[in-house]
Amino acid sequence: MNRAFASFLVLVGFLVLVLGGCASQAEKPEVAEGPATGPTGSYGADTAGVQRESYADRPWDDPSSPLYRKVIYFDYDSSEIRSEFVPVLQTHAGYLASHPRTRVTLEGHTDERGSREYNLALGDERAQTVQRFFLAEGVRSDQLTTLSFGEEKPAAPEHGEGAWSQNRRVELAY
Amino acid sequence: MQRVTVPLLMLLVAWVGQTQAQLTIEVTGGVEGAQPIAVVPFGAAEGAIPPLDVGSVIAADLARSGRFRPMPTRDMLATPHTAAEVDLRDWRLLGMQHLAVGNVSPVGGGFNIDYVLLDVFSGDQLLGSSAKTTGPGMRYTAHRIADVIYEKLTGQPGVFSTRIAYVTDQGSGGRVTLRVSDADGYGAQTIVSSSEPIMSPAWSPDGQHLAYVSFENRRAAIYVQDLGSGRRDLVASHPGINGSPAFSPDGRLLAMTLSKGGNPDIYVLDVASRELRQVTDHLGIDTEPAWSPDGASIVFTSNRGGSPQVYKVSAAGGPAERVTFENDYNAAPAFSPDGRSLALVTRVNGQFRIGLLKLGGGGSMRIMSSGTLDESPSFAPNGSMIIYATQHNGRGVLAATSVDGRVSQRLSQDSGEVREPAWSPLVH
Repeated sequence: MNRAFASFLVLVGFLVLVLGGCASQAEKPEVAEGPATGPTGSYGADTAGVQRESYADRPWDDPSSPLYRKVIYFDYDSSEIRSEFVPVLQTHAGYLASHPRTRVTLEGHTDERGSREYNLALGDERAQTVQRFFLAEGVRSDQLTTLSFGEEKPAAPEHGEGAWSQNRRVELAY
Repeated sequence: MQRVTVPLLMLLVAWVGQTQAQLTIEVTGGVEGAQPIAVVPFGAAEGAIPPLDVGSVIAADLARSGRFRPMPTRDMLATPHTAAEVDLRDWRLLGMQHLAVGNVSPVGGGFNIDYVLLDVFSGDQLLGSSAKTTGPGMRYTAHRIADVIYEKLTGQPGVFSTRIAYVTDQGSGGRVTLRVSDADGYGAQTIVSSSEPIMSPAWSPDGQHLAYVSFENRRAAIYVQDLGSGRRDLVASHPGINGSPAFSPDGRLLAMTLSKGGNPDIYVLDVASRELRQVTDHLGIDTEPAWSPDGASIVFTSNRGGSPQVYKVSAAGGPAERVTFENDYNAAPAFSPDGRSLALVTRVNGQFRIGLLKLGGGGSMRIMSSGTLDESPSFAPNGSMIIYATQHNGRGVLAATSVDGRVSQRLSQDSGEVREPAWSPLVH
């Protein structure tokens, strides 16, 4: 990490303190009860299309920031962090360690092969592996939440190794 | 008969219009060795306008089982509705072994259905009974009569009056819906619908409740919903995953997978007292619990040996014993109702298929499906069929295969994916 970037991070940290992590607030789902058609859950996490003049308060959305890379990929039926992704995670760990009020959700995903509940567990293992890495790098546990979607939310919907390799992943959701 | 036909057709059209997105069943494989049977379209007494032909529903049920080959109506030489009207020679001539006839008559605000089952060669009356029903209840009653006929002729309970729970997905941001339909795909009802994933429907043994996993609060939680009232309870919402609900055979306990301890393990929740007990404790993944029919043990998937395999543990906890040794991926076990076999997901030459493993005999696994991404096996409550999820033309559909390998079916929706079938228990 170079000097200019370090001072940039200090500035970002200040802004994060001021703005108080409002970006990670989740909207409450609507849950209704009733026969047959029953409850529905709606969730609005869609932040795409929101124009920002500056990324100062969310450097992870800045394409020129090393924090912009927020997805790491896994081998089939494995929750081991591949060596090529260690620097990516170290960059995020360094940022989180120096910004203790910034919180991130580690979302584990799998490809579609095999059984769904096993994949839900595998996604959980992947998220927990990244969590353990961050804790070892000095991130505080209250900054981290793990979440598994198993194979339920593929990044690529096709059937084949091309799509599968993109779906075996942990996403960092700030 | 003309008098009945016109309003019957109109009512059928109205019925189809009301049930959108129903499952369509196609028989995709073999009816070799199926018994010939004639089910004559049921008669209607003066004043009775039944909403459907009970005989057609029964014939379709028997055909789908693969054990019977009902005679096409157009080939019938006569259409008797009572035993007295039957001339056995007509049916012997056509090579029928059995004949079912019946008649619908008005009673009170509803209907009475009289039916008989005859042995064509001996002339013996094997069944002679009647059932009271209503217009809306007539399809269910027809399935019940088919159950009784099936049991009389095969010695095994029929499952035509059971239901199937399944998840549908409209894809790319569309809604995910948990539905329940009759075993023949009719009458699909929405149980819960969400923009977030819904997974793993599991029936209570009384057929009145479904447990399932919903991500509607953006994280996995387990709900138990009363199908009659729609009322539901949130029963597990711990940090980490809350998955794989499975009711014990007495319905009092709910096995599940929780990762609140740092990794996925099997737990058992007492549904009434909400007391939670941990059953497995291992560093690897333990998930997909399934109760043995006697409730004494639980099988589950674990990667403790390096790859996913099926293990067995006492429901009270203790050491786990490995059950599967063939193939390098075995998961999602489901007990057959007699407790003697497991259906599971297995990988053969890189393809995920449904396997059937006889327990305790050291026998080899039978491969029951031919897809590449088959999953979620569930037994019919009489043990005759296994329903599972597969792909057809790149789309998620359901398939069912008879355990004897004689018949296979595909169940699909006109649009979207269908997955995670769970066959209901027998409830009468």
